[in-house]
Amino acid sequence: MFVALRDIRFARGRFALMGSVVALITTLVVFLYGLTDGLAREATSAVAGLPADRIVFGAPKGAEPEVSFSGSSVDDGQLAAWRAAPGVTSAEPFGVAMTRLTAAGKASSVSAFGASGRLLPPLLSGSAPGDGGVAVGERLARESGVRVGDRVTLGAEELTVSAITADRSHGHAPSVWTTLAAWQRAAHQQQPTALAVTGTGGPDGPAAEATEAVGADAALEGIDGYAAEHGTLQLLQGFLFVVSALVVGAFFTVWTVQRRPDVAVLKAVGASSGYLVRDALGQAAAVLLAGAALGAAAGAGGGALAAAAVPFELSAATVAVPVGAMVLLGLAGSALAVRRITSVDPLTALGASR
Amino acid sequence: MSTSSVLSLEAVKLTYPDGDRRLTALDDVCLDVAPGELVAVAGPSGSGKSSLLAVAATLLRPDAGRVVLAGRDTAGMSGRERTALRRERIGIVFQQANLLPSLTAEEQLLAVAHLRGESVRAARSRAAELLESVGLDAAKRRRRPHQLSGGERQRVNIARALSGGPSVLLVDEPTSALDHERGERVVELLAEVTRRHRTATVLVTHDRALLGVADRVLSMADGRLGEG
Ligand SMILES: Nc1ncnc2c1ncn2[C@@H]1O[C@H](COP(=O)(O)OP(=O)(O)OP(=O)(O)O)[C@@H](O)[C@H]1O
Ligand SMILES: [Mg+2]
Repeated sequence: MFVALRDIRFARGRFALMGSVVALITTLVVFLYGLTDGLAREATSAVAGLPADRIVFGAPKGAEPEVSFSGSSVDDGQLAAWRAAPGVTSAEPFGVAMTRLTAAGKASSVSAFGASGRLLPPLLSGSAPGDGGVAVGERLARESGVRVGDRVTLGAEELTVSAITADRSHGHAPSVWTTLAAWQRAAHQQQPTALAVTGTGGPDGPAAEATEAVGADAALEGIDGYAAEHGTLQLLQGFLFVVSALVVGAFFTVWTVQRRPDVAVLKAVGASSGYLVRDALGQAAAVLLAGAALGAAAGAGGGALAAAAVPFELSAATVAVPVGAMVLLGLAGSALAVRRITSVDPLTALGASR
Repeated sequence: MSTSSVLSLEAVKLTYPDGDRRLTALDDVCLDVAPGELVAVAGPSGSGKSSLLAVAATLLRPDAGRVVLAGRDTAGMSGRERTALRRERIGIVFQQANLLPSLTAEEQLLAVAHLRGESVRAARSRAAELLESVGLDAAKRRRRPHQLSGGERQRVNIARALSGGPSVLLVDEPTSALDHERGERVVELLAEVTRRHRTATVLVTHDRALLGVADRVLSMADGRLGEG
């Protein structure tokens, strides 16, 4: 990288510009990754945290079951059939509904879960709710000033806070947990929404036709709006990667074309194409690494600050994956560009035809 | 081919595609150059002088004839072997001082050392020595091409061509961008380095006034090389 590094120093304005573009796109991508993960957590953490291998969605007799928490209900017959099915070690019914929690005159949108204590998220204080009790997530409790023993209203149902749990949420609303019976009253539902099943196998006969079991991951698709939201964000990420690879490729294409006379001279004095391509790729790597590192720092720092206001999840993966992808795709783009070096004829260095 | 020569062209013929015919740029050219010998080739524009150097530099393959460099026939060499031969054996001084704009005078020489696989640190003192010997002082060695005059650039070019310790030095119109006096001094420098470094030097020019320092003068016309 003897010539490459000196070229960067010599044309530092141009390379700084390119590095800045890489840094800005990396910032954007890191931010988008953190946001995607943060939003995904807000949409799915309650369902993803259920101790279940599969989620079973149900439909009334004759109807086609679909993977949707808002469209599913499971009746007693289906529950019994699943519990009796060979291979199934447990099948716990639970209800989910979006409703409102009013505490000390302040209302917040929540996702209300009705389930037995086995499906509850970890308790931070208090004890699992009995009938007439409710467990509230830590952040919601803090924000609405609720403590164990307080009276709150879930939908139209008055309940007593029995526990504070780890934070879970569903469809972007923080989760509260009560018994199935209290949930049915609060959400005006006759039947539980779905089953949390562990073990393998399933029932035969009519219960098999009116229920659909999917893996815990696939069940997330049943959360209203989640698939579309997550897909859109991933599409944006993909676009940014493509844009970045194209921009880097275009920059190094122009740069390579511009330095063809230099390349011809170096070849004439005995530089092999391999040497020159390595030199140029090293240069691209230096620009990409510097830009991506700067962008990652800015994205992670900005994200950490923004996390107070927006759901931003900062982790090694949300930073390392986009940075790695930026560098690799950028290198691919520049590899296509510097390939032109191999076709430069050293003969052009000779004579006046410069 | 005389036994003492390091550069030897034997009955070399070179043609370029010219519409649906071929243009003969070199026609049965023979040339032997011994170590420490400066051969000047003069001729009008378009007579084939640069073509002669391109063939000698292994940048072009002749259509017929042989090019023997340091005892090795270049005809059967692969592109890779030719590149290596240029790196190890041949110094080229270009018609225009084709220096790399991002490098200082000293770094022009270090870049060649680097691509030869030498340690840049070790090459530094030799680079300074070579530049000193062509008349560039310490301050000028740290300048980039755009901060040097045309004559100084051509001196750097000569030092760069010598930095690999070549046995053959090929020089194409080194004075075309210089006034007569500066051109003369560059040619004198070439004669001097030819003796000092014992290179087989071929100097191509259309300026006959510069030929006094040469050991031998050949003239080129329509692709044919002749005496005087
Ligand atoms: N790449 C090429 N393709 C076709 N014809 C060429 C090519 N290069 C040179 N020629 C022709 O070959 C002949 C010799 O060219 P060459 O460059 O060797 O001349 P020269 O003596 O170096 O001229 P000058 O003094 O102007 O540099 C000219 O007629 C030129 O037009
Ligand atoms: Mg010429």
